[in-house]
Amino acid sequence: MARGKPEIDKEKCKGCGLCINVCPKNILKMSDDFNKQGVAYATCIDEDACIACKFCAQMCPDMVIKILQYA
Amino acid sequence: MSEKILMKGNEAVAEAAIIAGCHHYFGYPITPQNEVPAYMSRRLPEVGGTFLQAESEIAAINMVFGASAGGARAMTSSSSPGISLKQEGISYLSGARLPAVVLNMMRGGPGLGNIAGSQGDYFQGTRGGGNGDYRTVALGPATVQELADLAVKAFDIADQYQVVVMILGDGFLGQMAEGVVLPEPTNKKFDKSWALTGAKNRKANIVASLRLNPENALEQLNNELQEVYKQIEENEVMSESYMTDDADYLLVAYGTSSRICRSALRALRKEGVKVGLFRPITLWPFPKKELAKAAEGVKKVLTVEMSAGQMIEDVQLTLKGGKDIDFYGRTAGMLPDIDEIIRRVKSYGK
Amino acid sequence: MESKSAKYEYIYEKPNALREVKTHYCPGCGHGIVHKLIAEAIDELDVQERTILIAPVGCSVLAYNYIDVDGCEAAHGRAPAVATGVKRVHPDNIVISYQGDGDLLAIGTAETIHAANRGENITVIFVNNAIYGMTGGQMAPTTMEKQVTKTSPYGRDVSDVGYPIRACEMINTLERPVFIERTSVHDVKNIIKAKKAIKKALQNQVEGKGYSFVEVLSMCPTNWGVDPQTGANWVKDVMVPYYPLGNFRDR
Repeated sequence: MARGKPEIDKEKCKGCGLCINVCPKNILKMSDDFNKQGVAYATCIDEDACIACKFCAQMCPDMVIKILQYA
Repeated sequence: MSEKILMKGNEAVAEAAIIAGCHHYFGYPITPQNEVPAYMSRRLPEVGGTFLQAESEIAAINMVFGASAGGARAMTSSSSPGISLKQEGISYLSGARLPAVVLNMMRGGPGLGNIAGSQGDYFQGTRGGGNGDYRTVALGPATVQELADLAVKAFDIADQYQVVVMILGDGFLGQMAEGVVLPEPTNKKFDKSWALTGAKNRKANIVASLRLNPENALEQLNNELQEVYKQIEENEVMSESYMTDDADYLLVAYGTSSRICRSALRALRKEGVKVGLFRPITLWPFPKKELAKAAEGVKKVLTVEMSAGQMIEDVQLTLKGGKDIDFYGRTAGMLPDIDEIIRRVKSYGK
Repeated sequence: MESKSAKYEYIYEKPNALREVKTHYCPGCGHGIVHKLIAEAIDELDVQERTILIAPVGCSVLAYNYIDVDGCEAAHGRAPAVATGVKRVHPDNIVISYQGDGDLLAIGTAETIHAANRGENITVIFVNNAIYGMTGGQMAPTTMEKQVTKTSPYGRDVSDVGYPIRACEMINTLERPVFIERTSVHDVKNIIKAKKAIKKALQNQVEGKGYSFVEVLSMCPTNWGVDPQTGANWVKDVMVPYYPLGNFRDR
């Protein structure tokens, strides 16, 4: 029962990976493929588990992640 | 404002700056210009302005950078070694297209030197000691009156062209007290829509000399600067030609040196020697056309400076080897001797 | 299963005062986080139209390309002097001096101390990443003991070049500053505290209270030669014990 979900702009992502470790639900993972910069980008592997805590978005230095909360 | 009052050069230039609407002054103590910050510290609070004794000459020029970026008329003053410290700031101001007035009351150098007046910073003031292809307008007043008048003009030139204007006085001029009629403000207004005032109802302004993008952005800025300097060369040259029409010999000098030359000239003329005086007032742009005209028909030129010979290079460049140019100068605050000038000019006739 | 077509709203997105541009900062660099926090504070205090940002010489030399307010460059180390000039001309504007290690604690030490000592009503944000980033990783006044950098290849030898300088503690010896706090951006808990401190520091200026200083410990993965997460861990494990986090002054 998801409270929300992250909206990740994969082309903006620089692949720093800081968001991966801050997610309390461990639902972020670096992708297997690459974006146009040639970098693996952050992806959410289980949107249903997202609690919309915003930790990933707050950690991100590049405003890659927006957080949607379901009403 | 038309009464004549007795004022020290350093105080007259400060009052003139305030008259010109400069209400932000940042300086640091260094002899022989200490009266400038002291005077500003008293007067600026009276007009609701800012006086700050900065932590160094470097901090002061950077405070000028900030104040000018904010759109205000701002000024700093120092003497030779302190002006050396300001070179980076002057380059930054020039690249960022910021108007500013910098007063240098020159003293003996190089290095710590001494505290007597000199003209040893002509190269520094006209060639620039900061990095890059920039020019500062350089003014060489010769009297306390001229110092005051040029101070008012300096702010207008700075604002009109968005450049740094250096006033190159010497220590004697700063310390001398003469009768002066304080100038009137010109009340000219200049476009400062580029200034940093808070981006309300407009796109944000950026003040910077850094130009990285696109690849030719810095070249474009430099082309713009060269165009501005060309305009200044065409419109802002100032000089005085005194008794040059029939002159056989020509004295070339600026500032305090020119006053000594003027006295020598009077003595020589009394003895029937036809000598004239050419006095640059803008040291940059150097009055080339005017000097060339004054030198027409002249048999020999004597350049007199309170230095080892700096302005003489501009004289040589202007006259391009077409005239015999002699030099007489004294360094380190030693005043050129009237009798020596008279002796030299008389010796040319032999 | 919750219907995904239920209404939703964005609860975290780009602040208005941050431009929609990709920054040149390295992956995992703390500058991006700090820029974001400043932009959020500007939005929340509604001062975007009043703010003037002084950028330093350093990796954040182009900060004014990222934060959408009037921007001004400053020669290396002179940002507090430039900020002083701007603020004295425009006392009602919000003037921010954003600086790094070299700017604040090496070439600019005098300007740093004297703007603070005069109590200029400005906000200084100091990003401390224990290294000179822009020029490729030389030793900074804040480089840790034994830390290897391009100009301390055997590790910082304190018997030769002294210990790292603690900016907050130094400024805390002066009378006039009203707010001094050290924060960090190595994890979310501290990012939230950093945001609070930055916002308070700006609010102080809005209220005309005086000089506010916020130090932010930050990662520099590229010049530390580590991946971003390892960098974040290093801030926590090595920097924080030497540069204690917390508020030093809050008048």
